[in-house]
Amino acid sequence: MKLQAARRRRQTVFRRVVVGLLCLFFALPLLGMVEFTTRAPGGGRTLATWTTLFDFNVIDADYPELKTGVLASAGLVLLTVAIMLVMLVPTMTWVRLRLPGLRRTVEFVCLLPLTIPAIVLVVGLAPVYAWVAYFLGESSLWLAFAYVVLVLPYAYRALDAGLSAIDVKTLAEAARSLGAGWPAVMWRIILPNVRTAVLSASFLSVALVLGEFTIANLFSRDNLQVAINQLNKRDSSLATAAALAALILAFIVLFAMSFVGAGRRSHHPEEN
Amino acid sequence: MANTHPPVSDTAPEPGPGRGVAVTLSDLRRSYGSVHALDGLTLDIAPGEFVALLGPSGCGKTTALRVLAGLEDADSGRVEVAGKDITAVPSNARDMGMVFQAYSLFPHMTARQNVEFGLLLRRIPSARRRARAAEMLDLVELSDQADRYAHQMSGGQQQRVALARALAIEPQVLLLDEPLSALDAKVRVQLRDEIRRIQLEVGTTTLFVTHDQEEALAVADRVGVMRAGNLEQLASPHDLYARPATPFVAEFVGLTNRLRATVERGYANLLGTSVPLLPGSLQHGAALVLIRPESIEVAADPGGLATVVTASFLGSTGSLHAVTDAGETVLAQIDNDSVATYNPGDRVTLVPRPNPALAVAAD
Repeated sequence: MKLQAARRRRQTVFRRVVVGLLCLFFALPLLGMVEFTTRAPGGGRTLATWTTLFDFNVIDADYPELKTGVLASAGLVLLTVAIMLVMLVPTMTWVRLRLPGLRRTVEFVCLLPLTIPAIVLVVGLAPVYAWVAYFLGESSLWLAFAYVVLVLPYAYRALDAGLSAIDVKTLAEAARSLGAGWPAVMWRIILPNVRTAVLSASFLSVALVLGEFTIANLFSRDNLQVAINQLNKRDSSLATAAALAALILAFIVLFAMSFVGAGRRSHHPEEN
Repeated sequence: MANTHPPVSDTAPEPGPGRGVAVTLSDLRRSYGSVHALDGLTLDIAPGEFVALLGPSGCGKTTALRVLAGLEDADSGRVEVAGKDITAVPSNARDMGMVFQAYSLFPHMTARQNVEFGLLLRRIPSARRRARAAEMLDLVELSDQADRYAHQMSGGQQQRVALARALAIEPQVLLLDEPLSALDAKVRVQLRDEIRRIQLEVGTTTLFVTHDQEEALAVADRVGVMRAGNLEQLASPHDLYARPATPFVAEFVGLTNRLRATVERGYANLLGTSVPLLPGSLQHGAALVLIRPESIEVAADPGGLATVVTASFLGSTGSLHAVTDAGETVLAQIDNDSVATYNPGDRVTLVPRPNPALAVAAD
């Protein structure tokens, strides 16, 4: 008994040390960013950088590249998530229902971007984007097409876990036999039952799009990370504050989504 | 989007037969690669009739039901309901209620919402939907479970809700795809009887697919035995059991002895007794006679021509295995009271009752 208690104590201490080290690993850079952005020119602390960051009039007038980057990233987030969901959820559902033999192929295609470096993607996408620019204009929003490719592996994994947790075929057939058309099957039956998976896929996409730099920079388009990079050349404090704010926003989104997922846990099939 | 579904009445369906429609499957064929799941299946179901399709795994019974439901397309053939050709009609416009083998309640909906789902799609006003759902849940005796989710109900309760959901839309045809196979034995028997009671009450034409012969014989007006994508025999449970048309049916439904005999002019000389033969039997020559265990009487007889191997107590009945002096193994049904009177090695006389039996050519 004493040996067991001692072992338990040792395990608890070990766990706490590991968690503590991890927290430090994540917290130290963030604390460093806070420290850097609150330095006053003559020593001491000031919130001037943060006040500037949230003063939209000042940002609009003095840091237009940041405003453009934020708006572009917001648009890219919405467009990427929308395209990803509209493409992936029906496709994966259809493959499960009618083309189960293609499941491995679809999985392979969706996971492929994981193995391709962004720079290689850019080389491949360059001629495609020449046509995109020709037909749709130079807007940064069209980066969403490339971003959909980037988020595919993560979104696929999240949605696949959700769809595996329910009997898609039987539920769809039951709904069909009751008179539901395919849109009703998707909207009323499949989506409510993979809600958490859809949220996870969306969050991962949001996080990835908000943090994407390489493709946007190489294509000379605007997004938040490109804007922060440009801003860093003339006001590194504000650039660091913007980067920290983006990180905090991502954390808030994560917590909000976890909360929404947990709220449905009492009667959600994925958790049964 | 126009509501193309047939109307659902305000009140409960009229009890008893008369509400059902005729169903005809004509020369249905469906192949998966080299496997012929349906090989020219033809089946007529009368209005309000309860037909069970019975057969071993892979015989095509579920494929037949799914083709009728519109969940699978036939390679060729025709599906008619109430005289209308619905072969090309999509499943969501066929007006059929279906209960699946797997639990199919929508997990994010309560029992009541599940039952209301088909009515919601038919744009039935909320008050009528709720009333109809309450009525259906009452029919399956689950009114008290209306606000529960699937994971809060037992398997039997889930299947009863699925039945209520299927019936709520007043379907032309009710399709039951092995709805009891996932349940334990006791619940299976209860729900089986309940399905029959409800079917008789609402009178909906019903096709029931099962591999359990007891289930099929217990609930159906007629039972169709399928083999290799086609019907071997479609008959009432009694006829199917007592008058099997083929050796496959005789052996698939119930227990059967295969005993050598000589056949002449519609009779078989079996164990020294003349036994009448069923139509379709071999008429002359050496034959194998397929005879039920309950059609063989056993009598203790030191001078008998068979020896007892085992005698088993089975509860309501008993069974006796014996070997004839000719080396044939015979299974006979005996009274449970008499099991103790037979011991291995006892000599017995086996006498076939004069029930018609099927005779086929001896190999």
